[in-house]
Amino acid sequence: MDPRFKIAHREALIGVALAIVHFIWWFGFAYGLGSKPVEEYSYILGFPDWFFYSCIVGFILVAITVIVLVKFVLKDVSLEEEGDE
Amino acid sequence: MNIQVIIPMVFFLAIIFFIGFWSSKKLESSSGGFLQEYFLGGRELGGFVLAMTMVATYGSASSFLGGPGTAYTMGFGWVLLAMTQVVTSYFVLLILGKKFAILARKYNAITLIDFLKVRYSNSKAVVLLAAASIIIFLFSAMTAQWVGGGRLIESLTGMKYTTALFIFAVSVLVYVVIGGFRAVAVTDAVQGGVMVIGTLVLLIAVIIAGGGVPNIMQDLLNENPNLVTPYGNEGNLSAAYVSSFWILVGVGVVGLPQMAVRAMSYKNTRSMHRALVIGTLVTGFIMLNMHLIGIFARPLMPGIEVADTVIPLVALKVLPAWLAGIVLAAPLAAIMSTVDSLLILVSSSIVKDVYINYINPNATEKRVKNLSFGVTTLLGTIVFLLALNPPELLIFLNLFAFGGLEAAFIWPIVLGLYWSYGNKYGAIASMITGIVSYIALHFYNQAYGNLFDMHTVVIPVVLSLIAYVSFSLLINKTKYIY
Repeated sequence: MDPRFKIAHREALIGVALAIVHFIWWFGFAYGLGSKPVEEYSYILGFPDWFFYSCIVGFILVAITVIVLVKFVLKDVSLEEEGDE
Repeated sequence: MNIQVIIPMVFFLAIIFFIGFWSSKKLESSSGGFLQEYFLGGRELGGFVLAMTMVATYGSASSFLGGPGTAYTMGFGWVLLAMTQVVTSYFVLLILGKKFAILARKYNAITLIDFLKVRYSNSKAVVLLAAASIIIFLFSAMTAQWVGGGRLIESLTGMKYTTALFIFAVSVLVYVVIGGFRAVAVTDAVQGGVMVIGTLVLLIAVIIAGGGVPNIMQDLLNENPNLVTPYGNEGNLSAAYVSSFWILVGVGVVGLPQMAVRAMSYKNTRSMHRALVIGTLVTGFIMLNMHLIGIFARPLMPGIEVADTVIPLVALKVLPAWLAGIVLAAPLAAIMSTVDSLLILVSSSIVKDVYINYINPNATEKRVKNLSFGVTTLLGTIVFLLALNPPELLIFLNLFAFGGLEAAFIWPIVLGLYWSYGNKYGAIASMITGIVSYIALHFYNQAYGNLFDMHTVVIPVVLSLIAYVSFSLLINKTKYIY
């Protein structure tokens, strides 16, 4: 098999894994904290806690993860046919 | 409507035209062949343009008007739902990723269908089925967006709908026809920039006008505590329903042809890596903040009935007119950047996938060139005429454009890339199952309420997976060598 495909397959799996972890984080905080009665919500920077963790912190963490992946994990390969570059 | 709102918009349109002319110059001087240049920008997109064109193509009227308007009514539950879109920005590029770009080059593929054609052993059925779905569904989607563009200009300038639509149509057509995919992508980058700036300005203005976030939250609690829960203003937004949007606007977007084609247009893997970062940041920023603006507008301007008007009304209320004009160029940019991508894609399907594949494979470069300009212009004109008075059938087809295409294409693309036993029988079965079950379930859900409390898209995506795998294994099972 083309060695570039090995890299591509690994990175596709990383994409799937990131999406699953992202979903668990998003769902866990939204419905874990959000299902309490409204009177028991606490507020962070003005936002209800479930929303703050699920959507704001969640987004920031995903963005950081993507940056780390790009910097340290994803590999540069040539997209042309071998021997072209 | 006053002139101060209109001036920034005219300025914005002028920049867009300029890019169209610049791209047409590039088109003339390109060496890589007209088709590759016109429909794929010569595979030369850098990271920033790639990221922005993905965000802008994907972010449409609903991200700037419909979505925030719904958040205004439903509260934080709808922002939670909107945030499922953050996943698209990294998922599409990571999943299609390098393999799709490598294979597309190897196969010399310019359209998504070129890729499917080679992967599924030149199957005529696969090509025609895929081309028909793209042409029919995206044509309807395009018309719906044009109506949105016309209505927006109408409401901002006070012009008649016909005049507004005409201005919108001419603006889009000029740069798409002369500049092709490169013009689409580069204007998308400018439009994406406008979207980010518009979002930021409006967010700050709304928070200040509302007296700070804690203050706004107190107002919302006083009005209806459900607004700050994940369950919607009437408490009927279920976790299953909201989660099913992870398929519709999240991971399923991999199956949308207008997104997939972008994943074969980038220059090198460095561009792709940059696009991953920029795309994630920009999508998250726009989706989070635009929908928050929708909610924050509620205490400021209670009682708005039509969801689509929330953003224009609140912008005009909290900003000076000239600044509102700049901010309101953002939804216009969002609509234009979606429409232009659909236009060039449908045009490529007709010219490349149908005409060159089956009608006249030996067409000369000059003939192809004239035909591409001609088809793009003709399509735009037809869409304009239809948008003047949209027929029922189009409105009907548009309902399936997004989810139906996802259900049709997701497995033939993804498993076509990664599963060597996938074959043309699986692809054909998967596309038919996806579309038919989507339409059928749509009617069922309309009549009896959502099955399993989930959005229509989920079950057809599962069924088309089953169809793909079982038909690939049952009929003529062979291992594909990439």
